Amino acid sequence: MLEPLIYDLSRPGRQGVTLPACDVPPTPLPDGLARTTLDLPEVDQLTVVRHFTRLSQLNMGIDTTMYPLGSCTMKYNPRVNETAARLPGLAAAHPLQDPETVQGSLALMFALQEWLADIGGFAGVSLQPAAGAQGELTGVLMMRAYHLDRGDTKRTKMLIPNSAHGTNPATANMAGLEVVEIPSDPRGNVDLEALKTLCDDTVVGLMITNPNTLGLFEEHVEEVVAAVHACGGLVYGDGANMNAIVGKVRPGDLGFDVLHYNLHKTFSTPHGGGGPGSGPVGVSARLTDFLPGPLVARVQDQGETQPPHFSLVTPPKSIGRMKAFWGNFGVLVRAYAYIRANGPDGLRGNSEYAVLNANYLRAKLEDVYKLPYDRVCKHEFVVEGVWADAPGVHALDIAKRLVDYGFHAPTNYFPLIVHEALMIEPTETETRETLDRFVHALRTIAEEAHTQPQLLKDAPHTAPLSRLDEIAAAKQLVLCCRPVALSA
Amino acid sequence: MLAAIGAADIETLFADIPARLRNPQLNLPPALSEMETLADLRELAEDNQHAGRSALFLGAGAYNHYTPQIVDALIQRGEFLTAYTPYQPEVSQGTLQAVFEWQSMVCALTGMDVANASHYDGATALAEAVIMGNEHFRGARRKVVLSPTLHPHARGVVHTYTQGLGLSIVGEDLPPDVAPAALADLVDDQTLLLAVAYPNFLGQIDDLQGLADRVHARGALLVVMADPLALGLLTPPAAFGADIVCGEGQSLGLPLSFGGPYLGFFATRKSLVRKMAGRVVGETHDRQGRRGFVLTLATREQHIRRERASSNICTNQGLMALAATIYLSTLGKHGLRQVAELCWHKSHYAANLIGALPGFRVVAPRPFLKEFVVACPRPVAEINDFLLYQRNIIGGYDLGQDYPALKNHMLLCVTETNTRAQIDDLVGALSELS
Ligand SMILES: Cc1ncc(COP(=O)(O)O)c(C=O)c1O
Repeated sequence: MLEPLIYDLSRPGRQGVTLPACDVPPTPLPDGLARTTLDLPEVDQLTVVRHFTRLSQLNMGIDTTMYPLGSCTMKYNPRVNETAARLPGLAAAHPLQDPETVQGSLALMFALQEWLADIGGFAGVSLQPAAGAQGELTGVLMMRAYHLDRGDTKRTKMLIPNSAHGTNPATANMAGLEVVEIPSDPRGNVDLEALKTLCDDTVVGLMITNPNTLGLFEEHVEEVVAAVHACGGLVYGDGANMNAIVGKVRPGDLGFDVLHYNLHKTFSTPHGGGGPGSGPVGVSARLTDFLPGPLVARVQDQGETQPPHFSLVTPPKSIGRMKAFWGNFGVLVRAYAYIRANGPDGLRGNSEYAVLNANYLRAKLEDVYKLPYDRVCKHEFVVEGVWADAPGVHALDIAKRLVDYGFHAPTNYFPLIVHEALMIEPTETETRETLDRFVHALRTIAEEAHTQPQLLKDAPHTAPLSRLDEIAAAKQLVLCCRPVALSA
Repeated sequence: MLAAIGAADIETLFADIPARLRNPQLNLPPALSEMETLADLRELAEDNQHAGRSALFLGAGAYNHYTPQIVDALIQRGEFLTAYTPYQPEVSQGTLQAVFEWQSMVCALTGMDVANASHYDGATALAEAVIMGNEHFRGARRKVVLSPTLHPHARGVVHTYTQGLGLSIVGEDLPPDVAPAALADLVDDQTLLLAVAYPNFLGQIDDLQGLADRVHARGALLVVMADPLALGLLTPPAAFGADIVCGEGQSLGLPLSFGGPYLGFFATRKSLVRKMAGRVVGETHDRQGRRGFVLTLATREQHIRRERASSNICTNQGLMALAATIYLSTLGKHGLRQVAELCWHKSHYAANLIGALPGFRVVAPRPFLKEFVVACPRPVAEINDFLLYQRNIIGGYDLGQDYPALKNHMLLCVTETNTRAQIDDLVGALSELS
């Protein structure tokens, strides 16, 4: 046992904080309202601090380690953004205050809407979605609503390449649409011919990730978009991989109708051990009326002398709201700070260095790791973590062994179209020295795979725990440490 | 590095982008130093009124509670803050164990068997409960009954999420003082679930006794959307036979932060766990037999089930769940109850005084906690302007926005952060408007 459960540290009568005495005359509680037991721990403050500090020390994070988790853009999360999000004016404003009294928050959101629209080449942006997957649902519901609004009720299919992230097909299912999978061609692109044969008047649209989950820029992207538009469909862009192309090309210019940005990837907001994220969507002019409401609008330009003024408005054909209030505001603050600090050239430079770093790693590894798609990559690339002459060694073993060399593992077993995939995304914030150490580690591991495979199969050796039994977890299904009898 | 790649310059690496679209001009403001960035944000922050500057009596789904200082200090540890979803359990035990403790605390608060790692917020948790109900009946039932006193935004999100699923949603048009029994009358054998709020959007604690029996008699599910802070005091929904308990966890010490990031929580019966969305952490052991934790039941999720997954959630609100776990650990069993009791006493103190003012009337047919409805002699906006600009008080929520029957009715919120002096100031200010 690495650290006891907080419940095991509990002793009757202890409490981690003092609370003010009641300064008003009390009102008796009616009978039957109050619960009789509450099974929360009782712990003093220092014990709480040590418990969670020790737990944190069992984690790897970007702050401790290079974290080349492909598709997740684990770049440095600037600390100044944390300070910004905690400024009392931003952190202590209530979402339902009169808009007149939160002009600072609205100005920030308005600027971010405009900046993201500019970066993506779009006519409108909603900041409401809480993560990439929610941005996808927002976008797909808008596409659906667009067709229905035109009286076009035959469209029920969503085309999705087989390299897509799982959230794409799951999103289409949530929206009540049928998923039709599109194969990839030998160069890792959408198979254009296959796509064309599937494009007809039953198609809502296409969900495409560009650069795709292989880290490759779609070589026929304009033809792909044209084929979908020709049959009356719309094109959804999964912007998880925007870190490769900010300032290099705008998805709106490529003809995309809607795209989600991941502020927790491209725009440096921390991943928090699983979230929170933020997944704003940008849309072309024909979809702006369908955006989820409300949006921030600038009202009555009062000329140069008056400061601009902002309000919340809901578009006329809005699909509705995606969450309570206005979005993951604290995440928006961090992304605003990031864009403000970097400026247009800084953002473009970040994408350039992200792509440079990925190609550097690719070039330094391609003689020992098989590259199923051997061409210039964008911000990430995928190798096969398996060798014919090292039977029994799998991508997972390589991932675990990297931990022993002081690196977090890459994404493994995704995308599904690559056998034993290892998806490597260094980001622009790693130095060349770190990249060289990473190359050295992966090259050494490739050697070990052939000479001492057991070393990989037993890895990690230096982590707090060795490999965990996932089958036992699913079988015994212990999801809670307390006996709960009430709902049985 | 370019030499190693064999590229002449960085631009070569972007040759696959159509040349005429490459390197667009971006119309963003120029870069700022760290110092200037912070100054720019300070200026924006200065343009807001906020709970640090004014007494706040506004709730309606976002609450100003006191957060012990250790919460924010601990969640800023880089190993928590800058990690991601714990796909590699050997190097993520900190996150995994904290989620396991969170799940345990959600079970303790709600009385349910199992809980997940989080949803985006309470509203999306409710929408996922409806989708889960839809999955449970595999399309055999098509009707959803929503109480009109669920948070209006949560009801809105249910409509948005389910617009492609062909469900019919009823109940919301009933008057806001409808009794749960009248909602149960709408439940028939085409109904997949009834969802009610506890306390409801008007702060009132509906009597849920017997509701589940009526819902279950029709074969439907009972969903209770609860305020977890109130559950520090109130009978847990599982005791009333709820099948799903979900809600907004912001009241567990998360900052108001203009509406997010907040924390959706979700709990259900063990028998329904395979239909629940979201990440779930389970206990297991490593090769040496040491206890450890992993993400489990992944076969429900989008990355495995793809187009057959009923939820697409991937990134969740991990850090907010961690904050709530630390909050609950720090307050503990007695502290959480004490906070809820302070809310009870202070809100009743305020209601008693306001109800005695000529022209004002407290509308509380049922017990209430933290929030209560006041019928006012003037439009709520007018009252709020007076409170803010004359008395530096942020007033209540204008219920007329959501309920035509409640024109000129204000929802006031009083928590442990409101001192007696603040409440007396509010009452004094309102007395001038009588
Ligand atoms: C390609 C891709 N699409 C979509 C998503 C979903 O985004 P989120 O996790 O923010 O919901 C991810 C996230 O990992 C992704 O990598």
